[in-house]
Amino acid sequence: MTTIDVPSLSLVVLVGASGSGKSTFAAAQFGPYETVSSDECRGIVSNDPNDQGATDAAFDLLHHVVGVRLSAGLLTVVDATNVQPHARRALVELARAHDVLPVAIVLDVPAGVCVERNEARADRDFGAHVVKRQHDQLRRSLRGLGREGFRTVHVLHGPDEIAAARIGRRPLRSDRSDEHGPFDVIGDVHGCRGELEALLDRLGYALVRDEAGRPVDAVHPDGRRVVLLGDLVDRGPDSVGVLRLAMGMVAAGHALAVPGNHEAKLVRALDGRAVQTSHGLAGTLEQLAAEPEGWRREVRDFCDGLVAHLVLDEGRLVVAHAGLKESFHNRASGRVRSFALYGDTTGESDEYGLPVRLPWADDYRGRAMVLYGHTPTPEAVWVNGTMCLDTGCVFGGKLSALRYPEKELVQVPAEREWYAPARPFLPTADPTADPTASPTNSATNGRDPGVLDLEDVLGARVVETSLLGRVTIAPENAAGALEVMSRFATDPRHLLYLPPTMSPCATAPDGDLLEHPAQAFAGYAADGVTAVVCEEKHMGSRAVVLVCRDARVAADRFALPAGSTGVVHTRTGRPFFSDERAEQLLATVRAAADRADLWTRLGQATAQTDLAAQIGDAAQTDDAAQAAPADWLLLDAELLPWSLKAGELLREQYAAVGAAARASTRAAVEALITARDRDLPVADLLARTTARAANADAFGAAYRRYVWPTDGLTGVHLAPFQVLAAGVGAGGATFETRDHLWHLDVADALVAADETGVLRTTRRLVVDVTDPASVAQGVDWWTSLTAAGGEGMVVKPLANLVRQGRRVVQPGVKVRGREYLRLIYGPDYTEPANLERLRSRGLGRKRSLAQREYALGLEALHRAVAGEPLWRVHQAVFAVLALESEPVDPRL
Amino acid sequence: MLLTLTATGGAGVPADDLGYLLHKHPARVQSFDVSSGTAHVLYPRSDDEVCTVALLLEVDPVALVRGKGGREPFALAQYVNDRPYVAASQLAVALRRVFATALAGRCDTRPDLVDRVWPLDVHLPVAACAGGPDAARRLFEPLGWDVTATALPLDPDVPQWGDSRYVDLRLRGAQRLADALAHLYVLLPALDANKHYWVGDDEVDKLVRVGGTWLATHPAQSEIAHRYLARRSRLAQSALARLAEVDDLAAPDDEPAADDEPAATTGTGSDETAATTPAPAPAQALLVHARHDAVLAAVRESGASSVVDLGCGEGALLVRLLEDGYARVLGTDVSTRALERAARRVDAFPERVRARVVLAQSSVTYVDARVAGFDAAVLMEVVEHLDPPRLPALERAVLGAARPGTLVVTTPNAEHNVRYPQLAAGSMRHPDHRFEWTRAQFRTWARAAAGAYGYDVTFRPVGPDDDEVGPPTQLAVFRRRDRPAAPTTETAGGTR
Repeated sequence: MTTIDVPSLSLVVLVGASGSGKSTFAAAQFGPYETVSSDECRGIVSNDPNDQGATDAAFDLLHHVVGVRLSAGLLTVVDATNVQPHARRALVELARAHDVLPVAIVLDVPAGVCVERNEARADRDFGAHVVKRQHDQLRRSLRGLGREGFRTVHVLHGPDEIAAARIGRRPLRSDRSDEHGPFDVIGDVHGCRGELEALLDRLGYALVRDEAGRPVDAVHPDGRRVVLLGDLVDRGPDSVGVLRLAMGMVAAGHALAVPGNHEAKLVRALDGRAVQTSHGLAGTLEQLAAEPEGWRREVRDFCDGLVAHLVLDEGRLVVAHAGLKESFHNRASGRVRSFALYGDTTGESDEYGLPVRLPWADDYRGRAMVLYGHTPTPEAVWVNGTMCLDTGCVFGGKLSALRYPEKELVQVPAEREWYAPARPFLPTADPTADPTASPTNSATNGRDPGVLDLEDVLGARVVETSLLGRVTIAPENAAGALEVMSRFATDPRHLLYLPPTMSPCATAPDGDLLEHPAQAFAGYAADGVTAVVCEEKHMGSRAVVLVCRDARVAADRFALPAGSTGVVHTRTGRPFFSDERAEQLLATVRAAADRADLWTRLGQATAQTDLAAQIGDAAQTDDAAQAAPADWLLLDAELLPWSLKAGELLREQYAAVGAAARASTRAAVEALITARDRDLPVADLLARTTARAANADAFGAAYRRYVWPTDGLTGVHLAPFQVLAAGVGAGGATFETRDHLWHLDVADALVAADETGVLRTTRRLVVDVTDPASVAQGVDWWTSLTAAGGEGMVVKPLANLVRQGRRVVQPGVKVRGREYLRLIYGPDYTEPANLERLRSRGLGRKRSLAQREYALGLEALHRAVAGEPLWRVHQAVFAVLALESEPVDPRL
Repeated sequence: MLLTLTATGGAGVPADDLGYLLHKHPARVQSFDVSSGTAHVLYPRSDDEVCTVALLLEVDPVALVRGKGGREPFALAQYVNDRPYVAASQLAVALRRVFATALAGRCDTRPDLVDRVWPLDVHLPVAACAGGPDAARRLFEPLGWDVTATALPLDPDVPQWGDSRYVDLRLRGAQRLADALAHLYVLLPALDANKHYWVGDDEVDKLVRVGGTWLATHPAQSEIAHRYLARRSRLAQSALARLAEVDDLAAPDDEPAADDEPAATTGTGSDETAATTPAPAPAQALLVHARHDAVLAAVRESGASSVVDLGCGEGALLVRLLEDGYARVLGTDVSTRALERAARRVDAFPERVRARVVLAQSSVTYVDARVAGFDAAVLMEVVEHLDPPRLPALERAVLGAARPGTLVVTTPNAEHNVRYPQLAAGSMRHPDHRFEWTRAQFRTWARAAAGAYGYDVTFRPVGPDDDEVGPPTQLAVFRRRDRPAAPTTETAGGTR
């Protein structure tokens, strides 16, 4: 039995005359969808699998299908005769275009057997001469197949060998998905052995030395392993020593390594090829010349045997010397190797003679973390989930390692500048030197660029949420959101969250109310939630407040402009204030947080959340007590009065309707009274009109409660009720699993520490929905709130985020007061006939929307505190806005 | 809503003969179903001396918002609505339904009354009146009415809010009854000039028919026509409107047009009178034209054959680019409504010309592969609509990613604003402008952006270059340093 090994992602080209048994072979050896057959394509385009006239169209289709499959990373088999060179050339090109290895399997069957088989088939009416010709073409092709670009060519002779052959799939050499780490990934060493030893020591490795005292291995007590990102050699003082240590570690299984461009060049030099010995190669060759010939050979084979990129930990980590764009992960081709070794070069050189490299990481949108080196940068920074760990050790910078999966940087400074860089290593004042440099370029300012791609948000999008799985965004909703986001929303770099919409409680079945607390309590009881918290619904506007501890955090973490230490924005991301009131309000919150020492408290809460996530256990108070204070807070709040934001709406819409209603109904009542006094039968009409006049007055009273004058912050109130997130450094935590009393306690601490009177408390009542007495208390509380002119209340599960199986229980429902609803349903909605008709409102879409937006909002927060790239956070935030543009009855 | 009409008797004709003309008996209360609810006709007073008829329209507010054809309108503004209370199009429709015969000038039982001229007193306690009491006078006085219009306050409890757009309207005059009804029928909706939710195209036709001869000779005839056509696009509810509503904002106005110059002369008033201003003042039109010319000249000089107009709005410049014969034109805007209107404009071209232009929604603060690869790009009156912290994103997206060979940018010159007498000191030319730059500010920004991305930049004035304050508009031409040499003039401009 012959076993034919093919790479698990490859394009397998079967070569053989008609009747050689290709289809049978393919069906036996490959999956049902893996084979694309030219006969089948002929059938699809012409209804006849043997119609030779349809060949061109059939191959267009075949190439298209193959291309689509290869793009998706699927092994594909081409079942066509492929006896002619031009047919094979097209397939080799297709494989290369998708950076997939082409493999040929030749079925060399005597022509006579093929003819015999074809004659046995009623549908094959072409003559023996056709098969004969194909067979001749095949024989002529055999010798040259290897030179046509196939990675491997397998020839199976005769029906027996074909029947006995088995296909074995071997992973690509780059595919090391089963290596799960933990790793310590080290950037460009360039012969800096001393710094490498120091770094390994700091990482916790114990060096192993040979009899001559030279380090030949390093072992970590916890079994951690090193990943070397290439460019071990050249420029530095001891390339040979670094190689000895690296080769020893790799051989012992204590390290993985990818080659750098310097290793590639070293191999060519050792092979005796003519290479320029600039950029430090001469020094390495000199050092190697002092070593035994056999060891030089080992060095050559070690460097030559390294795979240009590695995909590790189930695809979650990719390492390559110069980085790798996503479409090249786990692919194999010349250009994939070239990208991995040299980066995304334009072929041009800059004024220092160095190749111009494109900032591929700015456009990176992959899920895998990519760690790389190659381009020296002063600081290692995250750019869209990638990090360059070449911090220019040999140029006097630092040698850097990143602990994976901890994402913790460990660095040692260079002992000295070992080699003078061609281009100034530290950024210079002249930004014109590099055409790709810019104020927002990640390479120059060390920050995730505030630049997003339209592809991130426009069109039909699916956002993966941890809470609800895939949430789909319709293209028309994204289009509406793009306009609002672009024209009105605050900078995406400090827009971490948009609040979800909230559904009202189920409609009251009877009585003179549309919404009543009993339905809210009953709803949660049905969902299995026992304890709920009722929170007063403030008569203002929803506000999200991002407040930084100081200006440095604001600039470093959120790229906020000078003089700005946070943002106060609306439900659609618009800043509330365009003047100094924004900073005044932020200063008020910050001062209260300072006095209440909230930064420490939330720093500890963040650390506890981290520990709980890691250990699966809550309240590791000892460690948390040592935690760093929080750098920033994100608060969910209500900003009052409503007229502050909605002044124009109140004036142009509500007051106008009120004015018209008052004057109109009064005049009508007068006319009807005169008519009644003439004994005209208008009693019913007069009664209805009189009721409308009263409704008009009630309407005016309802909106006037939302209007009061403000001057600066005088008259303005902020009522925080929830801590959405807090951050420390690049990380942070969210608090959706802490119960609402914890959140309200934090809010109370802020209010208590506020000396300005701007911060306002949120009244609340906990209700046990299974206890009739408690429920009655809740109803009474709501009744007194609304009777006093209050807007109503929001009922939430006390425990906060509650799952019920795979569903998420509504995070809150609103129960709005009778008078407030006049502003929503119109002055006369309370007339019994109107109420009855309004009860038929459907809540299904609103409730579904509320859940999806809640999941997206939380997803955005999770991504933000995990330090994920801006585009990932923005995608989730944008999706909330897109869903908000869905047409749902706005009165709900 | 309520309308009362009072006639005074005399010359042997008792006032309550009005009942014959109206075909409604003064001793009865009659009710009629109309599309918006129920119309009641009754006489609060009817005797020899004085006869007052009241038309009281009871609008069903719940049915009102359900709309026709089962399509729910999705704007909160339509639920909390002045329509049940104001005398406007709905009342006009009811008037025609209830007093059709009188309106037609027929009275079979008393033909002698048809042409009688009555001393009439019409009272509308709440009439929607865009433009305030003056507009009511402009519309009714030429028809022989003595007009008393008193603006109603928005809220007596909040006096600082001032007056509403409603007036208590009283018309007194000697008129034929049929004429009086026709005047009301045509002019009440016109007075409103807003939200003709319940007036379809056929209703407009009817109004014009009823207007007959007197409308043709009315001095405010074109204003009346404009008021009918005004804001009919508001019928369409957009996603943008829904999102504004999420934020408790009033319904958004049309997106900022690129050509939003304030008039150079005084005379145009508030937004409410915009409907009465048929065309922009000549100075505005001139500047818009000059700006287009300057941008087109800069693009032409660059030798470009493909152009992208970033923030093309409704496509005014696109049309000129097409006329200039560029081989490939792309217009992008963040507003899908603006793009729909731009599409209507370019659809007017022959298919072969139309095929050279593509319209696409995009945003200048996002990188978009579709806007890359053009010889020239235009940002005409766009940058000032961005918050300043977003400018680096625009620079990166346009100069860094799209990298046109030439970029033409125009923006207002803030220094010139003092030449606009009606523009309050320190205010900007358009409510959506986030900033307006002086010449020095514009140049500082442009030079820094150009330097950062490998461009050279030059500046020119657009419009009359005032010695003291400079031109009304400033223009910058960015040229990419490594762009390929410009093609010869024969091929420049593409297929021209």
